[in-house]
Amino acid sequence: MPTPTYNCIATRTVETAAATITIESIPATFTDLILIVQGTLSSGGTGSAEIRVNGDTGSNYSATQLDGGGSTAASYRDRNTTSSNIGILRSSEQSNSIFHFQNYANTTTYKTILARGNDGLGYIRAAVGLWRNTNAINSISIYNSSYTFAVGTTLSLYGIKAE
Amino acid sequence: MSPILDSIGSVKAYGWGSFVAVAPPAFESIATVSVGSGGQAYAEFTVIPSTYKHLQIRAIAKVVNNNAIAVNGLMQFNSDTGSNYARHLLDGNGSSASASGSSNQTSIVVCPFPDNNLSTLMFGSFVLDIPDYANTSKYKTIRSLSAYEMNNATYGAIRLYSGLWKNTNAITSIKIYGDGKNLDQYSSFALYGIKGVE
Repeated sequence: MPTPTYNCIATRTVETAAATITIESIPATFTDLILIVQGTLSSGGTGSAEIRVNGDTGSNYSATQLDGGGSTAASYRDRNTTSSNIGILRSSEQSNSIFHFQNYANTTTYKTILARGNDGLGYIRAAVGLWRNTNAINSISIYNSSYTFAVGTTLSLYGIKAE
Repeated sequence: MSPILDSIGSVKAYGWGSFVAVAPPAFESIATVSVGSGGQAYAEFTVIPSTYKHLQIRAIAKVVNNNAIAVNGLMQFNSDTGSNYARHLLDGNGSSASASGSSNQTSIVVCPFPDNNLSTLMFGSFVLDIPDYANTSKYKTIRSLSAYEMNNATYGAIRLYSGLWKNTNAITSIKIYGDGKNLDQYSSFALYGIKGVE
């Protein structure tokens, strides 16, 4: 029997510019999580909406990115980093990044995060992040090491449950 | 005045003095295949109802002991093994971007499935959409956001796939398998249906 799913778990709107925004107490009752981030960085900011989970600031992350800049495409990789650099946010134009946390609550696999990022300046990204830990994900932070997330930036977290 | 509270499925509707209709959730879990100990040759969804507008498959997967780093994760519809598929790829391998494609294939590619020799803990992952899967006047196209990431200098990829099945039949079954290799334990494939307006 098909079962309705795709439930909103939490939403956040940035009211004071912050370098890190966290959604905590994520229940383990879903199969996948989808995080939608829409907004901008503080003035002059260009680059990333990076992901950290469960408050882990160790060098337990990696990422591979595929970027399109309007006329060229390129690919990069980060290893043994303290966050997963897979999203996009800019200061001068609204941007969005959508993250898929697959099988986030299982305790038998490392966690893979798929991401698609888009900005109003014509920059596009597909990326994958890895968190080398078998713990269930119970909190998610978006993070930027150089800039703050501007007031009005929104985060929406959804859960999908497979039967 | 007092609010009227009612419920349709799992969605509650609120209104003041009149009933406010809210559509039921449009995203439904149809079926899941989880690979158990010992692995299995393929995952298959059979008897897919035609009552949805679109399908989505969300999965993690790897293959057993192929010594080939990663193999293509493949997909066929309705048990069609003929050369009726086309596939295209935009690939980022960590150092460069490339694109490729081919027609008259016997399957489409949906994701790189890493080898369990690389790691027992790292899986390939994909989110795949099949729009208008039950329409009988169109060939079927798919798109997939897929990847495997290994924290490795050489291995790993982020990939965008498209695929074409040159058949107008409604899709009633989907088979997913590693190219020549068994799916490994803890691989998991979940099929969802997305409703249209009835």
